[in-house]
Amino acid sequence: MNLLTNPFKSLLIATLVATPVAALAETPEEKGLSISVAAKQSDLGWLDMQAQMNMVLRNKQGQESVREIRMKSLEVEDDGDKSLSVFDKPRDVKGTAFLSFSHPVGADDQWLYLPALKRVKRIASRNKSGPFMGSEFAYEDLSSFEVEKYTYKFLRDEACEGGTCYVVEQYPVDKNSGYTRRVVWLDHDEYRVWKIDFYDRKDAPLKTLTYHGYSEYLGKHWRPDMMKMVNHQTGKSTDLSYNSYEFKTGLTDKDFNKNTLKRAR
Amino acid sequence: MRDRLFRFVLNHPVWVILFTLILVFGAASGAQNLVFKSDYRVFFSKENPQLTAFESMQNIYSKSDNVAFIISPPDGKVFTPRTLGAIYGLTDEAWQIPYSTRVDSITNFQHTWSEEDDMIVEDLVLDPDTLTEADMPRLQAIALDEPNLLNKLVSPDAHVTIVNVTVQLPGKNPVVEVPEIVSKVREMRAQFLEQYPDMEVRLSGMVMMNNTFAESSLNDNASLVPIMFGVVIASMIFLLRTFSGTFATVVVILFSIAGTMGIAGWSGFFLTGPSASTPIMVLTLAVADCVHILTTMFYEMRQGVDKRKAIEDSLRINFQPIFLTSVTTAVGFLSLNFSDSPPFRDLGNMVAMGVMLAFVFSVTIFPAMLKLLPIKVAPMSDEERNDLMHKLGTFVIHNRKVLLPGMAVVMAGLVTFTPQNELNDDFVKYFDTSVPFREATDYMQDNLSGMTTMEISIDSEEASGINKPAFLKAVGGLTDWLRAQPETDHVNSITDTIKRLNKNMHSDDPSYYTLPDEQELSAQYLLLYEMSLPYGLDLNNQLNVDKSSTRVISTFRNLTSNEQIEMEAKIYAWFAKNAPQYKVDVASTSLMFAHIGQRNIYSMLFGTSVALILISVMLGLALRSVRYGFISLIPNLAPAAMGFGLWFVVDGQVGLALSVVAGMTLGIVVDDTVHFLSKYLYARRERGKDSQAAVRYAFNSVGRALWVTTLVLVAGFMVLAQSSFKLNADMGLLTALTILIALVVDFLFLPPLLMKLDNGDNATATTEDTDADASTITEKKGDTHEPANQPV
Repeated sequence: MNLLTNPFKSLLIATLVATPVAALAETPEEKGLSISVAAKQSDLGWLDMQAQMNMVLRNKQGQESVREIRMKSLEVEDDGDKSLSVFDKPRDVKGTAFLSFSHPVGADDQWLYLPALKRVKRIASRNKSGPFMGSEFAYEDLSSFEVEKYTYKFLRDEACEGGTCYVVEQYPVDKNSGYTRRVVWLDHDEYRVWKIDFYDRKDAPLKTLTYHGYSEYLGKHWRPDMMKMVNHQTGKSTDLSYNSYEFKTGLTDKDFNKNTLKRAR
Repeated sequence: MRDRLFRFVLNHPVWVILFTLILVFGAASGAQNLVFKSDYRVFFSKENPQLTAFESMQNIYSKSDNVAFIISPPDGKVFTPRTLGAIYGLTDEAWQIPYSTRVDSITNFQHTWSEEDDMIVEDLVLDPDTLTEADMPRLQAIALDEPNLLNKLVSPDAHVTIVNVTVQLPGKNPVVEVPEIVSKVREMRAQFLEQYPDMEVRLSGMVMMNNTFAESSLNDNASLVPIMFGVVIASMIFLLRTFSGTFATVVVILFSIAGTMGIAGWSGFFLTGPSASTPIMVLTLAVADCVHILTTMFYEMRQGVDKRKAIEDSLRINFQPIFLTSVTTAVGFLSLNFSDSPPFRDLGNMVAMGVMLAFVFSVTIFPAMLKLLPIKVAPMSDEERNDLMHKLGTFVIHNRKVLLPGMAVVMAGLVTFTPQNELNDDFVKYFDTSVPFREATDYMQDNLSGMTTMEISIDSEEASGINKPAFLKAVGGLTDWLRAQPETDHVNSITDTIKRLNKNMHSDDPSYYTLPDEQELSAQYLLLYEMSLPYGLDLNNQLNVDKSSTRVISTFRNLTSNEQIEMEAKIYAWFAKNAPQYKVDVASTSLMFAHIGQRNIYSMLFGTSVALILISVMLGLALRSVRYGFISLIPNLAPAAMGFGLWFVVDGQVGLALSVVAGMTLGIVVDDTVHFLSKYLYARRERGKDSQAAVRYAFNSVGRALWVTTLVLVAGFMVLAQSSFKLNADMGLLTALTILIALVVDFLFLPPLLMKLDNGDNATATTEDTDADASTITEKKGDTHEPANQPV
């Protein structure tokens, strides 16, 4: 799979980035794609990252629940990123660690270490659309952005929190996705995402994700400190906040394999 | 003032008609605002405790409004590559249903198993094109072995299967949301049947039920209202022999209905199953006023009085009695405001409004039209007309010694059956078997499981508390106990999933199909499982956000309201005994209906009492006698009590709709008593007759009019009884029975009672006569049809 996609991807980036983004006589589809490629391109080179994630889940009745996760990611050239998450809260899943090798197309490789069972289990599932830890974020909303995951259509330019935004429609390629499309607002200056509207399988508005409190790391990598997801159909919501971002901490492939999973805590 | 009104009406009939027309059209244009709310929740007031409990449960977990496609393949085999392919396609398409949030079927069931250290989570049917006959036994075994599927989505014989779609109605515009879903669902069924013409597809579920409320009531109005008009026209032409009078009556009825529905529309009412029967009820009740005015008018004209004078006399004689009977009828209907169920309050208010409008039209536009229309009087001798009543009067007087105890025994006998009626509100049975929803739901119940569900929320009151072994043991125990009950068809419980995961995590070793004994194990299994589930098939319908509580859903075979309330109590008792430390709530749509009948009966007992007191005071004032006011209580109260006794023989089940009948009929049955008693008193007071002669006088003067109006009323409510919406049909039938019984009581029991009481005490009779100076008014109000003709 990777053999097929990677050269294609390299070619794509090479041709599209070489040409100016606002090239003449572009179709909306081409423009959408080139914006997305440029966005991916602008963030390349972060190598590895660590952060602390906190999630607050709320239901319609106003009940709340907190999740705490430590996350490490490794940038992988010509493939999806690798990530390792360690759960700290709720207490009864403390020490559970999740390793994932995401792929732009097809099922990801996933392993879970269950400390109560003292075993690493490989999860074989095509599903990326279910709720992540019971939150309003689907697993597919949290995995790394890869150009090949969608097809694109540029809609319009629009004023947004980050100045002027491209509004681009994205259509998931994976047929197991929970969405028919996402509408994404990215600013012209830094390709920061400010808002995403999610449309469900019958193309009805499902969720809205907004990004807050962007900071710049290492002079080029913009990361939000808060992402708010609201489900319009169920009235539930999840706030995901990040802190202690660290980049280029020297993580390597060796920190992301089945054996490190057990020791991850 | 009253005479001035009559003179104005008769002097300027055209103006009165035009003015009324403008008013009615102005009001009627509001009827376009009247929309039908297709939501079973309208039956419950905002403060209804069962509704509040259910709503809060739905907010904590997820909503349980659904559409069920019930699919029966031709060969009686669900597990064939072709049928599974069909189900797969339908499941996929079902995500396109408006407001759908979840689709459950045997094909997208998340099957889990393990291979060495791999945990596999996959749709049971991943790709229907690759299925072969050889896969079938394995898939069937997995499905039938799965407690989440068996009896819920697949029948034990694997011959019927269900695709269940959960919808999340935004509730912003219930008038369009439900029909929107239903039209998509029907379109899907049509397409499915085009592709698979040999399969059967039935549609059930809460959404279909909501839709049926609207369709059933609106069909009723389309078919029953014309029938009722036919009945009214036919009986008026037959009994009163007048075309002009019938025409004018029909106009009054139309105006009353249009005015009522229009004002209801303007004032923000919406229609619901029960309140949609307002037109039929107004139609029925509006006839009486006109009949009274016409009968007196014809009598006068036959005596040689000219038409204008006859109309004027009739109005003068009838104004007070029809005003009084309209007010008592309205008060009876207004007592529905005490009902616990808002649609019945609306029905009461709308009909009360219609009755008062009918009164206004009867004394304005009705005489105005009579003035303008040509009217011929059919010759008819008084002897011929009163022959039957005369005979009946004689019969009652001769047999009074037998009738009094005889009737008393019959009445007491019927009343003893009343408490034996069983309380039951089964919303599925609100529709008769001709309704597709009912047919589909009965079929579903016969083959899989019904619509009687109870949702049990068990709260550990601590975050992640559901993972604790003690908690899971309690939920598992409850699940086992529920499954052991003979009434139970299906139980959906998180413990089944956890047991299955525990087995999967131990290389599918069946001996691990148990609940884990460590909190961390269950927590981590669930975390793993939740991360592997697809869109829409998550555990949020079973677990709350901080995993402190879980919802177990139990489906039962058809239970009556009493049985459900008993089952609810048994569940609470189980917790009190086995797991008292957890907070438990039981709620569901079925339970809401199970409780509403009882709640409504209590609230209506109070409401009916208030109406009774008000009406009795009015009667006492009208009859100018406390004594006769008290005597009138018996014929006013007995009919409803006897009606319910007779109902035990007819049907034996009472519920929401019937609990309002006593209040509703009170105002109507009072009319008969008023007419009969006032005639009787007039004869006693004004003419100094003894009680027997006074009874005979009452029979002769008012007897015929009473049975004519009763006939029209009974016919009207019997038409309503033909409704396919059983709530309205039962209400119609019991009301018709009660009104008929009231007439029987007024003819066969009240006279012997009066003769007994008044003959036994002549002194009282003399004292009563001292009231005679006041009885001119009494006479006028009682004298509805023919003034005292030929007393014998």
